[in-house]
Amino acid sequence: MNSATVRNLLVRGMLAGLAAGVLALVVAYFLGEPYVDKAIGLEEAHSPGSAHGHSHEHEVEVVSRSLQSTAGLATGVLLHGVAFGGIAALAFCFALGRVGRFSPRATALLLSGCALPAVYVVPFLKYPANPPAVGEGDTIGRRTALYFLMMLLSVLLAIAVTLLGKRLAPTLGTWYATVVAVAAFAVVIGPAYAFLPVVNEVPKDFPATLLWRFRLSALAIQVTQWAAFGLFFGELAQRLLSPGPAPSPSGRAVTAAR
Amino acid sequence: MAQTVAQPTAATPAVPATLPLGAIAPWAVFFGVLMLVLLYFVGAEQGATSVFSGTGVHEWVHDARHLLGFPCH
Repeated sequence: MNSATVRNLLVRGMLAGLAAGVLALVVAYFLGEPYVDKAIGLEEAHSPGSAHGHSHEHEVEVVSRSLQSTAGLATGVLLHGVAFGGIAALAFCFALGRVGRFSPRATALLLSGCALPAVYVVPFLKYPANPPAVGEGDTIGRRTALYFLMMLLSVLLAIAVTLLGKRLAPTLGTWYATVVAVAAFAVVIGPAYAFLPVVNEVPKDFPATLLWRFRLSALAIQVTQWAAFGLFFGELAQRLLSPGPAPSPSGRAVTAAR
Repeated sequence: MAQTVAQPTAATPAVPATLPLGAIAPWAVFFGVLMLVLLYFVGAEQGATSVFSGTGVHEWVHDARHLLGFPCH
């Protein structure tokens, strides 16, 4: 029974993640792709002999640009949506009824609202997204390690301060417990920002506006993904867990709340 | 649809029962790992580390990797 509920939530999470991924893909294609193309154009204009050890047009093209910017982009963004949707749904199973007196819908939106900074914005502020032509090929190992380290740190810390806030809530009250928890997050992330190595591999003559717009569009993709996920999954979870007084159109009642 | 959006539940909103950890754990372990593997292939395969040789996977998700914020190359 409960195991079936977890399974149902997981499936809904992955579907909601996929649906949110479709919206994120629209944003990525129309907002982000033009900057990717411009950056590749610059890369080719400046280094005819593939200085980054990476073939876009020259040498043997493994995947054509037109495929990369359509089917390739879709594959990546949608799989990313499904994967994070599944993970978020599992986190939702833990959070439901444990983080506070929230309905399934509110819990889903709250979770999504916390996941966006924890999974993306906090790592992004230290190691932001880079367009093609930015980043040296031989430092990929270090940059990958640092990025995932920052993401892991941020997510684990978010979980830790959530537990801390829950622990403090009976004595401090929900409001101050939340304030203390968020402050604790900032107090730990601050030194991590300060002491983790800086990565700045932007070429000297790379246009600042292009970099800024590319990064804004990368942020917009994630905001779309998580906002849409929170709304879609919240709706699905609400219908599954508490069909509620207003009869849902499908009227399919799986009573989990006893 | 319209009435489900603003749903003024009369008394206290029903607080959902928590799902027991024992029921979540197996799903969390198996699907958690599966989802992370999926993310690895989208975000990092054939960059710093490679499961498959070549650059096919990297090149296929190249644009997504840049736009999703993963270090690409």
